Formats: sequence, C-alpha cells, structure tokens
Amino acid sequence: MSIAAGRAPVLEVSDLNVTFGSGTDAVRAVRGVDYSIAPGEVLGIVGESGSGKSVTSLAVMGLLPDDARVSGSVRLHGQELIGRRDKEMTRLRGKAISMVFQDPLSALTPVYTVGDQIAEAVRIHQDVSRDKAARRAVELLDLVGIPSPEQRARAFPHEFSGGMRQRAMIAMAIANDPDVIICDEPTTALDVTIQAQVLEVLKTAQTETGAGIVMITHDLGVVAGFVDRVLVMYAGRPVEKGLVDDVYYRPRMPYTMGLLGSIPRLDTGDREPLVPIEGNPPSMSALPPGCPFEPRCPLSIPECEAGEPPLIPVPGEGHSAACIRTQTIENRGLTPRDVFKAGPAGAVARGDRAGRPTVLMVDRLVKHYPLMKGAVFKRRVGTVHAVDGVSFDIREGETLGLVGESGSGKTTTLMEILRLAPPQSGRVVVLGRDTAKLGRNDRMAIRRDMQVVFQDPLASLDPRLTVQDILAEPLTTHGLEVGSRVRELLGLVGLDASFASRYPQEFSGGQRQRIGIARALALEPRLIVLDEPVSALDVSIQAGVINLLESLKIRLGLSYLFVAHDLAVVRHIAERVAVMYLGWIAEIGAVRDVYDTPAHPYTQSLLSAIPLPDPRKERERRRILLEGDLPSPADPPRGCRFHTRCPKFKSLPEAQRALCVDQEPELRPLGGDQAAACHYAERLEVV
Amino acid sequence: MLKFLLRRLANYVLLVVIATSLAYLLAASTLDPRANYEGRSPRPPEAVVDARLSELNLNDKVPLIQRFGTWAGDVVTGDFGRTWEGNSVNQEITRRVGVTLRLLVLGVLLGSVLGVFAGAYAAVKQYGWFDHGATLVSFLILSIPTVVIAVLLQIAAVAFNEATGTRFFQYTGEYTPGLQGGLLTHLGDRLQHLVLPTLTLALSQIAVYSRYQRNMMLDVMNADFVRTARAKGLTRRAALVRHALRTALIPAVTYFAFTFGALLVGTTFTEKIYGWHGMGELLVNSIYSNDVNSVAAVSCFAAVAVLIAALLSDVLHAALDPRVRVG
Repeated sequence: MSIAAGRAPVLEVSDLNVTFGSGTDAVRAVRGVDYSIAPGEVLGIVGESGSGKSVTSLAVMGLLPDDARVSGSVRLHGQELIGRRDKEMTRLRGKAISMVFQDPLSALTPVYTVGDQIAEAVRIHQDVSRDKAARRAVELLDLVGIPSPEQRARAFPHEFSGGMRQRAMIAMAIANDPDVIICDEPTTALDVTIQAQVLEVLKTAQTETGAGIVMITHDLGVVAGFVDRVLVMYAGRPVEKGLVDDVYYRPRMPYTMGLLGSIPRLDTGDREPLVPIEGNPPSMSALPPGCPFEPRCPLSIPECEAGEPPLIPVPGEGHSAACIRTQTIENRGLTPRDVFKAGPAGAVARGDRAGRPTVLMVDRLVKHYPLMKGAVFKRRVGTVHAVDGVSFDIREGETLGLVGESGSGKTTTLMEILRLAPPQSGRVVVLGRDTAKLGRNDRMAIRRDMQVVFQDPLASLDPRLTVQDILAEPLTTHGLEVGSRVRELLGLVGLDASFASRYPQEFSGGQRQRIGIARALALEPRLIVLDEPVSALDVSIQAGVINLLESLKIRLGLSYLFVAHDLAVVRHIAERVAVMYLGWIAEIGAVRDVYDTPAHPYTQSLLSAIPLPDPRKERERRRILLEGDLPSPADPPRGCRFHTRCPKFKSLPEAQRALCVDQEPELRPLGGDQAAACHYAERLEVV
Repeated sequence: MLKFLLRRLANYVLLVVIATSLAYLLAASTLDPRANYEGRSPRPPEAVVDARLSELNLNDKVPLIQRFGTWAGDVVTGDFGRTWEGNSVNQEITRRVGVTLRLLVLGVLLGSVLGVFAGAYAAVKQYGWFDHGATLVSFLILSIPTVVIAVLLQIAAVAFNEATGTRFFQYTGEYTPGLQGGLLTHLGDRLQHLVLPTLTLALSQIAVYSRYQRNMMLDVMNADFVRTARAKGLTRRAALVRHALRTALIPAVTYFAFTFGALLVGTTFTEKIYGWHGMGELLVNSIYSNDVNSVAAVSCFAAVAVLIAALLSDVLHAALDPRVRVG
C-alpha cells in the first residue's frame, strides 16, 4: 500500500480544464482535475459515461481534437506539457506516456500485421534496424503471453481474438519502456475470464516497466484489487479521492456511496436489494450553479444549491471529498444503504418448485448453422454447433438466468425459443404448447403471453414513433383497446405519463430501457425473455432497472428468462441459473447453490474471474485463471467441450483424463437443486 | 488467391461472351445496312445488293440466328468480320485501339490519383477553404455532361491561344499532320494534342473520386486506430497517411470498377469532339452507317475493358486489404 509515498511524482495534473465549443453551448467536459502519480503507483479513475474521465486522459496525451480548449497544468517529470507544440508532444507520446485503449478491435489498423504495428512503435522512438524492431515485437508479444509469438506477429488484427488484440495493445504500450501508462477501460469489451487474463498481463507490464499506471474504468470491481489510489469523477470533476481502502470502506461523498451501493455483488450472502441512484447525470452544457450531484442526492440540503463544493480533506491519508455534508456522514457513520433508498428485497423462490406450473420447457434443443462456401454452387464445408442439446425449464414466478461468455450460444437459444417454430431437434414447450405443433393463430396467441426486452434500448425502439405509438402498437396488433393503457404502463415502469408524446431519442439509456420494458408488459404477458437488458447501462442506472424488473415480477407474477454475461447481475435477479459453454449447459441449479458451491470447473473459473468491489478481499483472492480463448463452435473439442481449457483436467492423473477426452459428460444431479456436466464434479467455494 | 482470381476470370469471360452476343443481336436486328445501298443512285439491282450483303454476313433476308451463327463462328477464331464497305473490322480496330487506350489509361490514372489526393486533403482540412472549394468545383463538374466539358475546354483553349498568340493547346486530331522535325518535336506535338482530351476525361473522374475519398477519409480519420497510431508517437501527418489514408483507399479501389463504365462513355464523346480516331468514334460512325459488325466489335472491346477494370479492382482490393485475401 502506497509503496510510492515519498518518491517524486512522474505525472502531476493540476486544475485541468477542457471545454468544447464556445458561447452558450460550450461543454465543459473536464473541470479542475487534480492528481499525481509516482513511479510504480496505480491510480484508478472511476466514473460513469460522460463524467470526463476519458477526456482527461486524452488531454494529458495532447490528443484532443482542435476544437477543445485545454487549460491548467500537466507536468511530466516536472516539465509542463500543456501548450507544447504537437511536434514536441509527438516525441513524448508512446515513449514517456503511452496509452491502452478500450476497444481492441477498432484500435488496431486492420491492414498491417500485429508485428509490424508493434515494430512501428519501436522504430518511432528507437534508432534500430527493421529486423531488430521486428525481433523486439516478437519478444514483446511473448512477454504479454501470446502463444507462438513468432507466427502470431505475422497475423493481422482480424485474425486475433479480443483478448489477444488487447494483449497486443499492451505490448505496443510498453514497447518503449514508458514512465506512465494510461489504460482507458482496457477490459470493458472483454469477457470476464479474458478480463482476468488481461489484468494479469497489465500487472506483468507494470513490473516490467516500473511505470505509473492510470487505470480508467466505470467498474469499481475491476480497480479494487489493482490500484493504490482512487479518484472518483462526476460531471467532469473529481468528487472524491484517496487511498483505495478509504474510498471503498469509508466513502464520504454521497455519489461514491451510491456507486458502491449500486454494484451487484457476488459475495453478498443473501440477495440484498441494490441501491440505485435516482435521476440522471446532468447535461454538461447547462450545469446547475450548485453541487452537480445535488438533484440526485438524498442528503441534499438547501445550502447544496448555493455553490459547487471544493474537495475538502476528510480523515484518511490524502482522502478528500467534494461535499459539504461529509461531517454529517462522518458523525452519523452513514453507509450507502442508509443514504440511498434500497429497492425491494429479492424474492426468494416460493416454496416447492415442483408444485408450480411450467411456463417454458426446453428439451435437448439443437441449432446448427451450416458453413457454406462458394457463390454459385454452394457446398457445406462445416457446421457451427451454436446450440447443441440444451435443456432447462422455468416455473411460474421464477427467473432463470442464462449466463455464458460471448459465443456460448445463449442468444441463439433465446432466438430459437422466440421463433416459436419447430426446432432442428429437441423440443420447446411454451406455456404448455409444443412449438412443433403450432398453427399461425396459436403462434400469434402465444406471442401475447411471451414478450421480449432487447439489449440495446435505442436500437430496439423505432426512432420515428412517439412513446405513445410504441406502447400502443402491440395492443392494436392484437386487436385490443388502447385507451388509458399507455399511461398505466408508463406509471408501471416509473415514468411520467407526460412522456408519451416524446420520441425515444429524447430519453436517457435507463429511461429507454424502461420504455422497452413497458412495451413488453403491454399485453400482460406471463413470460418475458430478456436479452442482456442492463449491459448497456451505467451501474447507477442499471441498479434501478434491475430493481424495477424485480418488483414487476412480484407484482405481476411474471416469469423471466434472463440472458446475461454478467454473473453478478444474475445473482441479484434470478432464482435459478444455467451456465452455458460452447452450446451446452455446464451447470444448472438454484442461484444460492451454484454461486456458493459451484461444482463445474468452468463455473468455478467464471466466478473466480469476476472482480469484487472490495479491495481487501480482492488482494487476498486467488484466481483460477483460464488459459486461451473459447474454441470455435465450428469445431468443438471432442468429449467434454471444456477439457481443452479445464484447470481440473490439467490436475488429473493421465488415467482419469481419458474419460474427459472420450466421453461427453451428462448433467448429473448433485443433490439439492444443482446439476453439473462434469465427470469429476466437486463442489468448491471460490468467491 | 490465384485460384480465386482464375475463377473470377472465367466468370468474366462468360460475361463478355453474353454482353457481346447481346450487342450483336441488338445491332443486327435494328441496324439496316441495306439502306446504305438503297440510297445510292443509280440504285443497284436487288440481287447485287443481296449478294454483297450475304458476302458480308449482313443480309437481313438471312434468318438472324443463322447470321449470328456465322458471326459467332468467325469471332471464335478471332475474326470480327467486315465493315459494310468490305474492309476488315480487325484491321480497323487494331488501328484505333491504341488511341483509345492511351486516353483511357491516362484519364484513369490522372483522375483517380488526383481525385484521391484532393479528397483526402479536403477531408483533413474539413470545412477549410480547400474543402469548400473542392466541394463546389466537384459538384459543378459532376452536373455538367462530358460533352459540354469537352466543348467548354475547347473554347477556353481557343481563347488562351488567341490571348497569348501561341498555338499551345491543340484541339483537333492526335497529331499535326505533315509536321517536320525530330522525335522530340513529334513527342511534344502529341503531348500538346493529348492535354485537352485527357483533361476532359480526368476532370469528371477527379470530381467523383474526390467526393468519394473525402467521405471515406472522414470515416476513418477519427477511427480508434488512428488515435492509437498517434498515441504511439506518430506525427499527425504520418498517422493520417500511413494509417488513415491507407485504410480509406480500400473502398476507393472497389469503386474503380463502377466508374470505369462511365469513363468509357465519356471517351466516346471526347474522341468525337476532338477528332481522335479511336474506338468511340468508330462506334458513333458505325451506328450512323448501319455497320453491324463494327458495333459488335466495339461492344466487345468495351466489355473486355470494363471487366479488366473489375479484375484489376479485385486484385488491388486483395493487395490492399488482408481481410479479403482468400487462402
């Protein structure tokens, strides 16, 4: 902890301001950011979208567009960077300060090989021959853990997986042994198991270069175990900063408390309700005169509107918060749960499952896509085993979470269910009706009872329809009276009835998703299928939507099929969970059993890869790291599909391994409501 | 990759056969070579005309399908038949093809290269004076047909020559007949004749490409990988040229195949106006003189030219974009 204390800082940012545009519609994206980092220190900058955290780092790099006006001071080794000519900055970029960007797919130039792009970074700053730079690129790829780096250096970015591209980005960033590495959401676009790998690589990179790292993220979990100090940003300003333990265990700014309270957690024993922050972040072009968080803050008093509070010191080394009520929080010992109104407690499954009717039954469902080649004479060259024998059922009033990494087949499963057509193989029974035996009218009738909510709330709402039209459409399609139903629906999802005349673009992400939910509710369905409904939302907004879904379920007696990649979210909303891997179910059972004592090695590694927003626990945790990427569903491994990456398989004696390679395991019940498809399933506590 | 290109080539040859056959059938069923004889005085006896037309495979009393068979049989052996006056179409084409290709190749190269650079520069200086100027000029050129541009350039050249009292711009024919002097004089003379027609063709190409390239470049300029390149320490110029422009060239190359057809049409008019004896002029003249075999031959040339452009487009695309290279 604070290993760097006393050493001279490498990077000092003070009173940094960035403004875009001018006049009345000027957007003050960054307002008075201060921080400094010492060599080997890791600073986490945390904030939601639009809080100015990325703009801050681009300002430090001098990479903002020309219309941005930057003021304040950025000093590298004591040398001022603001106001320098671009030519001078060019010499520092990539050498003294380097950067790792968020989306590894678009951040690499598609037309050059990965090796060439890394070698280019070397050659810009070092006077070395082409050959030597190429050799250095291979060394760097090896360092960041790319297998057979010599060959992979000659591959193009599109031939790399997301995790490998991010490793290549890191290799590029450390190519010239920089003093500061700025990582802008480096793991946000990646699956959890890959995220865990990339964080490990970043740690290696830090030990290798001894650089100070600025880690920008919206995910308080990611930074908890990785950083020394934290800076929380809201509306372009730092609102709290301090040592990681102080900020996580003793937050003093209500916004930080809200952020911490709204994260769904894996480690909370029983399903405690999430505490959402009401409202939305303010518009950066028309900030209110007072504290920008005041409109959303449950602790606000009239004085809060008077002026924006500066960062004031609170107990703890270098700990400060921008709030005039820190004293009150201190004295009363308030926790996030006290400050923010908690949502409803998660409904624990009522009584006996077996006694309740089944609303959805999927039995050995199969969906294979042919891989075709040729333009005129098509021929089949392979098969993508997208879904390969998936079985589960959902009882009335129950939520089943379907989780898995991208490419595991969860969306295909969902689409097969929604299609209401005979599957290639297996059975889908919706509300007691087998989809193979449905006529046109039956299908229409069942659609009334089964509705869907999509991931991207903007893309799934017609931009040319008003909310009124969007919500009335399902009703008129099914020949129902619209009447006052739209008002009712808006009330149901916590929106104002006056919103009915507006268009989807006028709403924030969370509000749009509420409209999407209202649309799904219009026909009073019994089963709602949700495809990653909260993954596009900020945490503080996400918590509100999860709570809404929870309370709707209880009030309206709904059943949910909840598809998500985030296991923590699923823990909060679901009673049962099914974990998918490469088109089949690895483990299924009651949330409490599966999360507390996962039995399948895949579930175990998934759960252990998820970071906890708890610095102490994070530092002590031992991760089960999975190697490599998901195999291609066009060529799934023989026997148990997971055996190529399975940590358990590696620890088995040779004689026992044969079973995994030769025989595909069936889902075996393990007592209680839990079953795992593993020959050597063994319950284990990992969180 | 070679296999893929060969398969493409086979497809293209099939297309050329279809296009040329259709052109022949259309020409043979609508043009009327007999009219050329009927207008003469004294009018030749019908039997003589029939004999002559049959000899040239132009007799409309012979069923179309039979004429097509004869024509196709000859074409397969590389003989495009004879003009209505009895000359060899092959000879006529050999004489003219070089003239047209010179115009086409220069027009394409000049047009696409200048267009791409103008577009890329306009994108880099978005909303600057160059960008606004280029936008205005491009749309002006795009809205004027090539014929009019050719005539306007001629008028401007005349005005320039008169004002300076020189004969710098030459606007009829491809060289001055009976010019005395060495190789250099001849070369210079040819260049003087070449400037205006090439410019006529290139201008509209520049206009099209600069618009297209500007959009492509704008899409790519703010891409994450350009930011990565800058973060590595490349200067803005190097990042824009090496990463942005290089990537934005890919769609422009596919565009090449599409614009080539329009360019061919432009060549036809340009040749006619500047008095160049090329394929375009031949097409116009032979339609005028009901010369079925020449029309079919020029159509075949056009089809081959367009398809070579398409093939070139494929090759360039594969060369520029590793994502489309096939095993």
